Amino acid sequence: MVAAGQARQHALLVAPTGGGKTLAGFLPSLIELAERGPRPATGPGSGVHTLYLSPLKALTTDVERNLMTPIREIGLNIHVETRTGDTKQSKRQRQRDFPPDILLTTPEQLALFCAWEGARSYFADLKCVVLDEVHAIWSGKRGDLLSLGLGRLQSFSPGMRRVGLSATIEDPDLIRGWLAPRLPSPLAGEGGSRSETDEGLLPTAPASALEAEPTPHPSPSGPPSPARGEGVILVRGDPGAPAVIDVLISEGKVPWAGHTGQHAIPEVYAAIQRAGLALIFVNTRWQSEFVFQQLWAINDDNLPIGLHHGSLAAEQRRKVEAAMARGDLRAVVCTSTLDLGIDWGDVDLVIQMAAPKGSSRLVQRIGRANHRLDEPSRALLVPASRFEMLECQAAREAVADNAFDWEPIHIGTLDTLAQHVMGVACSEAFDMQALYDEITGCGPYRALTWEQFEEVVDFVATGGYALRTYDRFARIVRAPDGRWKARTKDIAQRHRMNVGAIVSAGTLNVRVAGRRGGASRQLVAGRKVGEAEEWYFEQLTPGDTFLFAGQVWAFQGIVGTDALVSHANDKDPKIPSWGGSKFPLSTSLADRVRTMVQDPDHWRVLPPDVQEWLALQAERSAIPDAESMLVETFPRGSRHFLVAYPFEGNLAHTTLCMLLTRRLDRLGVGPLGFVVTDYSLAVWSIKPMDQIDLDALFQSDMLGDDLEAWLEESFMMKRSFRNCALISGLIERRQPGAEKTGRQVTFSTDLIYDVLRRHQPDHLLLKTARADAASGLLDVARLGQMLARIEGRIRHQPLTRPSPFCVPVLVQIGRERVGGDAAEMILDESAEHLIAEVMDEDAP
Amino acid sequence: MNAALRQTLSPARKPCGSLRVQIAGETCVLRCSGALWLPAYRALVAADLHLEKGSAFAARGQMLPPYDSRATLDRLEAEVAELHPAMVVLLGDSFHDARAISRMPLDDRERLDRLSAGRDWLWLEGNHDREALANQAGLSSPLPGRIVGDLTLGGLRLTHEPEALTAADDRHGEVAGHLHPAARVVGYGRGVRRPCFVTDGSRLLLPAFGAFTGGLNVRDPAVSGLFLKEPLAAVLGRDKVHAIAWSSLP
Repeated sequence: MVAAGQARQHALLVAPTGGGKTLAGFLPSLIELAERGPRPATGPGSGVHTLYLSPLKALTTDVERNLMTPIREIGLNIHVETRTGDTKQSKRQRQRDFPPDILLTTPEQLALFCAWEGARSYFADLKCVVLDEVHAIWSGKRGDLLSLGLGRLQSFSPGMRRVGLSATIEDPDLIRGWLAPRLPSPLAGEGGSRSETDEGLLPTAPASALEAEPTPHPSPSGPPSPARGEGVILVRGDPGAPAVIDVLISEGKVPWAGHTGQHAIPEVYAAIQRAGLALIFVNTRWQSEFVFQQLWAINDDNLPIGLHHGSLAAEQRRKVEAAMARGDLRAVVCTSTLDLGIDWGDVDLVIQMAAPKGSSRLVQRIGRANHRLDEPSRALLVPASRFEMLECQAAREAVADNAFDWEPIHIGTLDTLAQHVMGVACSEAFDMQALYDEITGCGPYRALTWEQFEEVVDFVATGGYALRTYDRFARIVRAPDGRWKARTKDIAQRHRMNVGAIVSAGTLNVRVAGRRGGASRQLVAGRKVGEAEEWYFEQLTPGDTFLFAGQVWAFQGIVGTDALVSHANDKDPKIPSWGGSKFPLSTSLADRVRTMVQDPDHWRVLPPDVQEWLALQAERSAIPDAESMLVETFPRGSRHFLVAYPFEGNLAHTTLCMLLTRRLDRLGVGPLGFVVTDYSLAVWSIKPMDQIDLDALFQSDMLGDDLEAWLEESFMMKRSFRNCALISGLIERRQPGAEKTGRQVTFSTDLIYDVLRRHQPDHLLLKTARADAASGLLDVARLGQMLARIEGRIRHQPLTRPSPFCVPVLVQIGRERVGGDAAEMILDESAEHLIAEVMDEDAP
Repeated sequence: MNAALRQTLSPARKPCGSLRVQIAGETCVLRCSGALWLPAYRALVAADLHLEKGSAFAARGQMLPPYDSRATLDRLEAEVAELHPAMVVLLGDSFHDARAISRMPLDDRERLDRLSAGRDWLWLEGNHDREALANQAGLSSPLPGRIVGDLTLGGLRLTHEPEALTAADDRHGEVAGHLHPAARVVGYGRGVRRPCFVTDGSRLLLPAFGAFTGGLNVRDPAVSGLFLKEPLAAVLGRDKVHAIAWSSLP
């Protein structure tokens, strides 16, 4: 890293957690600052030297502490400060007047800097930008905004070095490509004469455990391409000792279905008893509540077990973190809130409850245990069902093979670009051609066309409407010299209040309800317990009980932005927490599971009851080869079922079901409902489906008109449009004086969506929202690949009764809350009945 | 049929399923569009159009689509074409702000003229458009129709803002807008929020008719406090108006 720094090279450092990555990223800056003479108070050389950007606010404080220790010990005169959304106004102002040497901040603050008047001179001395946890951010909208901000900084200070720090990933070249500026920059500038092709000659083993890897030479013909990251040196850290991962083979049998891991709670508790400090990762916050409650129910030793998830009130989370750091806790049940960065105490065991869904996330989580490279991290995977047993085994093998999840190619989003363009206009007047050149030098926007850019600028100015009635209200205007800038100071100020690409889902404060006296007996809001998504409360009726913050509450009602609750005496909540995983099964892990299922030799690694289950499936129905897809049809009760096993994750399966049921409806079989899991999907109907031409049913042309027609009406489009409207600045999140709550915004963007869709369906934001929905919520690309893979390879098994494989998805039907005309259906049978039916030898 | 499927299959649209109620002895037809039809007077009543709300935001720097007036007039035009009213009563807040009339695109203005031709067209004053209506006579092309404070039709008194309840229930027969009532209905594991009429048989509140108008939950004291006994919410569905008992609204 030091060599890369001295060579003034951009660099990407890839190393596992615990490798001292962050400090390594700062080392060249510390050396430079230490060697620097006295710093001038004003003028050239007085500005920020190094900017550190972390996706987590809390990480900036953590890094400041870790950085100050060596600075103080060596006695360096280096000034380090943090700045986040929580920083006081007075400190912010001081930072503007007297910039620190090293400023630790977040991507959102960078977006704000870009919209400052005078940003160009403030950052003129910038020598280095360090981007931490870059793997967690580069491929989303925050990454787009960050990349555009980097392009801006590079134009302020052409000699600036970019340093990315990343956890281990499958293809580092994707991030190198994201990180690389337009040209392998003329950084050697300043008297140096190093040319690009010298990269391979860099001395290796520059800093202790970190080794530079020769980057591929630019092709001799033509200019070097930044798209694959040329111009950015790749430095790989010591991978450390391989992790020891165990899959819990439960004393009790592995359940057929489910995703809570309830059966294994006593064994998880025993593991906690043996460990010093255990982190128990689950995939959703509701699951964390459930596991927490279950553990306390059997906590005879009164072990201090904590709970940590994003919905808890901030003070409550800080308390748990502090207790971990002090060593007061034995276990913490947590969600992805503890995935990244910060180390809170000496974790020596990581327990993953329910399947990890992807090998990269699993590795990241395992890295939370034991931060010494020479000792292995210890992890225990707890599968919640038989399919999850396969998945956990596959994940364990993937980690052993150093196989990580593939990341899809990411193309920069236009709503984010619109926000950036407005920010630039708030900072200084811009020339369209020059800004276009700057933007197309940013990784995600290399393919942006001039026409697209013009459309974005038009959107920023007047909303981009075909009916050109807003020209007189334009937010940015063109000066006589042809340069664009914000029309008024007020408009610029309002933009600055709304920067950032994080759009939180509408959340409600969860508060304890009190009642005001008098005839109205009106509910009033009391103490705040935490925050939770609005959609969850939308499905509750007053009196329903649910788990939150480790307790059972009764829902009372929604008043304004508060969900009011009261203590409930029930031990078990009436409304089951939503237990499914929010992350779909990763593509590479799905491949491994499919391959494992079709190979009886591989089954030996699995516990006997799971082996029996697989063998029974082969006997009763079929086990397809890895490239084919099994489809079973059978009658059950007065309904007919179609169950398919694509193994492509819940998002792609849901989209597939939406489209299949439209087709089945046209075929006249009367589809009545569907459910999905990460592995399979089930559709049920009035008429039999075993005579249907399955190849035609699963034809990939469903991704054309059917998708289009369904998408327009779907609530997912509305949600996606809302995000685009907020990020692009069409709707302001914050206005001077009054903060808009997510709740109010949701309502009005739906109205806008409906009107815009009818009157200008090709509007920029509708196109952006469609693209977002297709790539994110619907996983259309993955569905497309899967449909292509199974073309002509559908294995149809007409059955007389349910197969062993279909139990998990059929059990799911009973879990879904149904009412009205669906209540007559025989859906509330327990899983035990269903399993008995499958296993019964004499069944018809 | 489960909730997810219900969403993916668009049922064939049926003709508007209206709801008939009696208020102060008068037959009131609550239309799926959110308008009120009084057959005895052949009168069509719509509240809170908030025309030019989009451009009002644009003038302040938020570029909401300029198509809201057009969308609102499309719906009003469809009702006029179906019912051939002798009288159209707009129950106040027809324009979003004082300058809304002059910001209105020309073709939308012309559509107003066409729609009002051959029938009595009444603009009731509301808090948002009192100034706009007061100044419109000075415009180069004034609005068609008449501007009035409120209006009596048989046993009904039509006004913009409902008046506070008194013990004597002297608001019998009042038809008002202003509050933009909306109801949240829970079912199939999720909730939907829709504009609605609210009535206890004595007075009637209309939902907002405008394309960009939000809603106020009927459970809010500003709405519920207007009724002596538990009212009924007539919630606008896609194809019909659903009468929903107060007690089942969360």
